[in-house]
Amino acid sequence: MKWEVVIGLETHAQLSTASKIFSGAPTAFGAAPNSQASAVDIALPGVLPVLNKGAVERAIRFGVAVGGTISQRSVFARKNYFYPDLPKGYQISQYEIPIVAGGSVTIAIAETEKRIRLTRAHLEEDAGKSLHEDFHGMTGIDLNRAGTPLLEIVSEPDMRSAAEAVAYAKALHALVRWIGICDGNLQEGSFRCDANVSVRPTGSDDLGTRCEIKNLNSFRFLQHAIEFEARRQIELIEDGGAVVQETRLYDPDRNETRPMRTKEDAHDYRYFPDPDLPPLVIDAAWIERVKSELPELPDVMKARFVTQYGLSMYEAAALTASREVAHYFEDTVRVLGGAPNLAASWIMGALSAALNREEREIGAAPVTPHTLAELLRRIQDNTISGKMAKDVFDAMWAGEGDADLIIERNGLRQISDEGAIERIVDDVLAANAAIIAEVKAGREKAFNSLVGQVMKASKGKANPAQVNAILKRKLG
Amino acid sequence: MIDGTIAELAQALHARRISSEELTSEALARIERAQSRFNAFITIDRDGALAAARAADAALRKGDGGPLTGIPLAHKDVLMTAGLNTTCGSRMLADFVAPYDAFVVEQLRKAGTVLVGKTNMDEFAMGSSSETSWFGPVRNPWDPAYVPGGSSGGSAVAVAARLVPAATGTDTGGSIRQPAALTGICGLKPTYGACSRYGLVAFASSLDHPGPFGRTAEDCALLLRAMAGHDPRDSTSIDRPPEDYAQLLREPRAAKVLEGLRIGLPKEFHGEGVDAEVAAAVEAAIAELQKLGATLKTISLPAVKYSVPVYYVIAPAEASSNLSRFDGVRYGHRANDFKDLLDMYKKTRAEGFGAEVKRRILTGTYVLSHGYYDAYYLKAQQVRRLIADDFRRAYGECDVIVGPTAPSAAFKIGAKTDDPVQMYLNDIFTIAADLTGAPAISIPCGVTRDGLPIGLQIQGNHFDEARILDVAHRYQQATDWHQRVPPIEHASKSS
Repeated sequence: MKWEVVIGLETHAQLSTASKIFSGAPTAFGAAPNSQASAVDIALPGVLPVLNKGAVERAIRFGVAVGGTISQRSVFARKNYFYPDLPKGYQISQYEIPIVAGGSVTIAIAETEKRIRLTRAHLEEDAGKSLHEDFHGMTGIDLNRAGTPLLEIVSEPDMRSAAEAVAYAKALHALVRWIGICDGNLQEGSFRCDANVSVRPTGSDDLGTRCEIKNLNSFRFLQHAIEFEARRQIELIEDGGAVVQETRLYDPDRNETRPMRTKEDAHDYRYFPDPDLPPLVIDAAWIERVKSELPELPDVMKARFVTQYGLSMYEAAALTASREVAHYFEDTVRVLGGAPNLAASWIMGALSAALNREEREIGAAPVTPHTLAELLRRIQDNTISGKMAKDVFDAMWAGEGDADLIIERNGLRQISDEGAIERIVDDVLAANAAIIAEVKAGREKAFNSLVGQVMKASKGKANPAQVNAILKRKLG
Repeated sequence: MIDGTIAELAQALHARRISSEELTSEALARIERAQSRFNAFITIDRDGALAAARAADAALRKGDGGPLTGIPLAHKDVLMTAGLNTTCGSRMLADFVAPYDAFVVEQLRKAGTVLVGKTNMDEFAMGSSSETSWFGPVRNPWDPAYVPGGSSGGSAVAVAARLVPAATGTDTGGSIRQPAALTGICGLKPTYGACSRYGLVAFASSLDHPGPFGRTAEDCALLLRAMAGHDPRDSTSIDRPPEDYAQLLREPRAAKVLEGLRIGLPKEFHGEGVDAEVAAAVEAAIAELQKLGATLKTISLPAVKYSVPVYYVIAPAEASSNLSRFDGVRYGHRANDFKDLLDMYKKTRAEGFGAEVKRRILTGTYVLSHGYYDAYYLKAQQVRRLIADDFRRAYGECDVIVGPTAPSAAFKIGAKTDDPVQMYLNDIFTIAADLTGAPAISIPCGVTRDGLPIGLQIQGNHFDEARILDVAHRYQQATDWHQRVPPIEHASKSS
């Protein structure tokens, strides 16, 4: 039997507010344990939550960006359960009425686009951390993370493969960073996914019994966990068994998922509206303001790059992977006064390679749009060849100065003087009668070998186009 | 001297006829003497009180004093007081030192009051008799065999027994008004949101109201002015301009001081279940109000009969969640021996909470459970709205609603401890105002043949504190029930 995998994701995006969702304590990562936990965060008796408007603003921004509906009135509820790193004994979340309903995210898989529908997105607070090491038979509690604002984004079960799920997670990750609501730092847990996975016979409309895999904090883990889980479920069913609805944990060391708790021992969270927080009322003017301040979204920008700059879909997608990359590209083109294809190929080529090599963000690149444009201008005006430009780029990256300075200092200026090149060509031809014979016999490779020798003789500085033309004329 | 009202004491303090230090020393001496008989206090802060009194005296000498400067005051032990134990009458917090001040505590400090100590109460404010405290029951100064009402019994007794001129309480189902009635003093529950709940250890968040106890309506007005105000740390606190609640009280009036006032008499509040002596005293008080110029109007509040069951779904539901933070992890009681995390939770909470608190946590957990939520919690919230609708309609026909505060005078200690339903019915007349959030005051209006005080409840529409205080004040100008003093040796009739 052929099987189809059905996947829905629940993503927790940590909102980039300076302070927590219900207290004034800072949200910065990595501070000494419990140094960023206020009276509200440690749930002292008598303290009360006060909603951070910045978290609401970010949730609205997300809702607008995905084309969802912003609830004019949403409600905070208490999700009750006992755990040492949950100081109040309940988590404040949104249950029946979330701040965002609906919306969608578009992904591209092998040149085709697919719309992944969103069910909802709601605001909630994060819990603290239990530290089981370092405390000899005891557990340490760090409440720095308690009360950190989260947006939980729930998709419909619209994905049909681990690849689609990863594409969706990446698109969502790019979007939340694009609109500036989440730093997207996966290592620090700012963006983490739970995957709901089920399988069914291909062609069936019924959903199979699903398992939820918790806390996947890398795209690779997401991919492997789903692949493993789908295989596990299919094998189970094919062996005559049945999938049990349960929550599972992914173990990256052994690349497998393991049961955490079954439906039977699922908590009864006893949700009810939090009486400490009045319903969250958002007026149309607030939504309109957020809408007007929203940056151009990646999909829109991608389409514009194709029409305005004549880029391919592939290039447009790569250059709109993040707002920073897109800005870098547009700034380069603006300084250069055109040549978008040249800029695109350098940003996606040399620049991207250098960034990857050093694991740097584009904002931290030593070559700026301005200095890159100056380099590209020297290619355009034939001061240097493209090949030579690569060396200049590397020197710029190493901090040796701007393009013109490096070109002058190293004498890299291209030889474009027709007479000078002709002299070098004549010398090369005089010494290579055998190769000339091969060229005349119609062997392309032999011609290229001559070009190479001329370039070598000129220390790479001869204008390659001119070398080509002169050689062709002389041998033609 | 300390038997005087706040208004009288303030005059003496400002005229330097007495110092706050003298007044505070007298209060402390009485508190310490009375402690073994009434058990009104959990913590007495002699050093802090005398230091605050001396600071108040310094301010008064400089002419910086306000109407409450130098007045000794006690806080219910459910309100956080920085540096002092805040126990909620529970073993769970028996040794808990508050690291910050509740909003109302802070406000009253700023107003120059002198905090003498923390008063005893039903555990976590759950009760109507002040018998469930980990620190033992509070006794009624009118007869120590009787309860003082609850949950703010210690505060009510401190004022009634003339230990302090004023105190704070909290009212969730009647916990200010019912003990005020049973001890013969005045207790005001303000509009929900008028006094911030910040630093009030939550019992039922949508029902908890901090408020004042005093011997007169005027004193309640002076206290409320200091206690009320917007607090951004409580999202349910209401942002309104400050109000002088005593202003109407000072207004000169013609002979018929309540001319034009329409009093609503709910037929539901005068039916069976009300003790005959209470009914008679309330009748007489209504006749007095009529003599002062008010007109009477019979009104109907048909949904009010559901108040008690609605309350006993919503309050325990919220309590079950609010009290989850007492888990032994970060502060408060923690069991000594436990096998694992679950065992620690179970033992800590089994040891830390008393029977009534456990009963309400269990009830609340049940009504919020999957499959029961709609039938109980949701239904109760719907009926709560119907009750509010009844009052909204009624206030179209009348200005205030008058009736008994409690169906009977004080009962004997132990009389209702085995029958929670009988105990809960004590709050039958007070609960509605907590459910709607509208203000209500209880003032003394009589004494039973056994010599126990009877309370009259005056309810008003939202933010009508000034009006109900005015009605209470005018009544007190014409009567002397509020001047009756329990039979204790240090107490004398107020001057």
